Amino acid sequence: MCMRVTDHIILGHDDTSKMIEITVDGKKIPAKEGEPILAALLAQDIMVNRYTVKRNEPRGLFCGIGQCTDCAMIVDGRANVRTCITPAVEGMVVETQHGYGIQEV
Amino acid sequence: MSIKEVGYISHQELIDAEQDISAERYAKGPVAVIECVQEIPCNPCEDACKFGAIYVGSPITNLPKIQEDNCTGCGACLARCPGLAIFLVDKTYSETEATVAFPYEYVPTPEVGEEWEAVDRQGAVKCKGKIVKVMNPKAFDRTPIVTVAIPKEFADEVRSVKRK
Amino acid sequence: MLTRELLVIGAGPAGLAAAIEAAKNGVKDILVCDLNMKAGGQLFKQIHKFFGSKEHNAGVRGIDQGVQMLKEAEELGIEIWLNSAVVGFFGDKIACIEQGQPDGTKKIVYMQPKTIVIATGAQENVVRFKGWTTPGVMGAGAAQTMINVNRVQPGKNIVMLGTGNVGLIVSYQLMQAGCNVVCIVEAAPGIGGYGVHASKVSRAGVPIYCSHTIKEVKGDGPDGRVSEVTIIGLDEKWQPIEGTEKTFEADTVTLAAGLKPVSDLVKLQDIEIVFNNAFGWVPVHNDKMQTTAKGIYVAGDTTGSEEANTAMEEGKLAGVSVAEELGYITMDEAKDQRDQIWDRLRGLRTGPFGEKRAIAKVVQMGKFPVD
Repeated sequence: MCMRVTDHIILGHDDTSKMIEITVDGKKIPAKEGEPILAALLAQDIMVNRYTVKRNEPRGLFCGIGQCTDCAMIVDGRANVRTCITPAVEGMVVETQHGYGIQEV
Repeated sequence: MSIKEVGYISHQELIDAEQDISAERYAKGPVAVIECVQEIPCNPCEDACKFGAIYVGSPITNLPKIQEDNCTGCGACLARCPGLAIFLVDKTYSETEATVAFPYEYVPTPEVGEEWEAVDRQGAVKCKGKIVKVMNPKAFDRTPIVTVAIPKEFADEVRSVKRK
Repeated sequence: MLTRELLVIGAGPAGLAAAIEAAKNGVKDILVCDLNMKAGGQLFKQIHKFFGSKEHNAGVRGIDQGVQMLKEAEELGIEIWLNSAVVGFFGDKIACIEQGQPDGTKKIVYMQPKTIVIATGAQENVVRFKGWTTPGVMGAGAAQTMINVNRVQPGKNIVMLGTGNVGLIVSYQLMQAGCNVVCIVEAAPGIGGYGVHASKVSRAGVPIYCSHTIKEVKGDGPDGRVSEVTIIGLDEKWQPIEGTEKTFEADTVTLAAGLKPVSDLVKLQDIEIVFNNAFGWVPVHNDKMQTTAKGIYVAGDTTGSEEANTAMEEGKLAGVSVAEELGYITMDEAKDQRDQIWDRLRGLRTGPFGEKRAIAKVVQMGKFPVD
């Protein structure tokens, strides 16, 4: 299922972006260069970004502007990266975050 | 039921806002129907009309009033209304049909000659309609104005077409 | 330590308007800081034509107003730092800025500007119901960012909670982006936003349920995503009425339950704040937009959430006042300019949708100490 908004009466046809590839949980997916990582995931219908520390509950996009941290993931080995305000870069490795996202706390 | 409770206006609300159009005026040809019954701070419609047919005045929260005899039915006000609340109704289109022109900001844009389902103010399908005109010049700033021909009896109800 | 004649915090409509108006009146060496990747605040999400009068660029889409303001700021030589948050405030107007670097890292710098305009905007309120943390439940603003800025749908079948202008406009824009809006739910007995916005979504066949709220959201979709939304009717005391439940299939719930001012920085500078029912906690200010701390001004949603037009007018007031404080214009010149702006602002706050805000503003400004 493609969730991208390609044609839009106000915004016009969207075909300007350069496409790149990022890896999410071991699987390669396409992304528009510079778009937030989260947008590339949504375009693939991936909604869950992390699981909570105590109850292991799934979390995904909530505020979309870097305030709430529900979309935090492990990006290039770094935990707690807010994917809604972090641009996608060619070859980036993104992983679903479980709890704090590191082995020991 | 008022617009405040249900989200669409009733004919009585148009009358109360002095925005209903007389039968005599309808008989003369196309006319702008303004459906803006709440006092909100907005007046581009007043500037849009070159013929002085729309009056808001001061303060800008006044309800727009249409001077129906000054309205030439040109439709220039439709795309200028940020609330998409002005329609152009022509009850003289043919013996059996009327046309309703309305702003339509979705894709795909209807095309002339196509048949679309015509809907009323609450989105209920009233009848089939034939698209007779689509305008989207630069001056409308991406608010296409679509004109649909429908059986005359639905002219006071139909205000859009169902999205495809 | 770095210094500037004016530091504006927030590059949204209010902050940009303040910087532009100050620059037009002669203020030099202006810096605008914003924590986002892009300037313009929420303007670039607003793809609809704005209301107002000719002076407010009524009829021009928010995105285009944003482009225009950025162009004007550039022409006036206003410097903008992006990815740069003001994270602290000390002593006499010393700002600690986490400055974004070209390589993506951050550097801490300190700055003591002569004047400051705080225009940090607002954030969305949250509504809690059973299942509100389920993936697929999100702010209406978040959904709007996804469709209009990132051009990706947050979901296919959406239940909107809230009928203020944000709830109504975002519902409309979700449909413009090809999503299906299942229904709009409103706890109050009446629709909160403009009737013309409600009419747009009604014409598109979206039912609006007033005196209803969300009872429960089930997360039985893929990966625990939203699968089902149950709403329930409310009585006149806003208590749920058992047996009035309705259940809809949906994969997304968007919350549009109002905004609250982001006023953390205001609080850090010992500026007097006041609570009112229209806005929540907001800084006290006078008709110059000056706070109770000398040299610090506020503008836009941070002083009480309204809309972009009022935010820009307040920004202009602050910009003029900064130019006056720094001696670039006389008291009389500043007053003349402010009188014109206030005329327009009062116009925006009349009518049934503006009165409550107009009264709240009078009270908020009435708390300003008289010297």
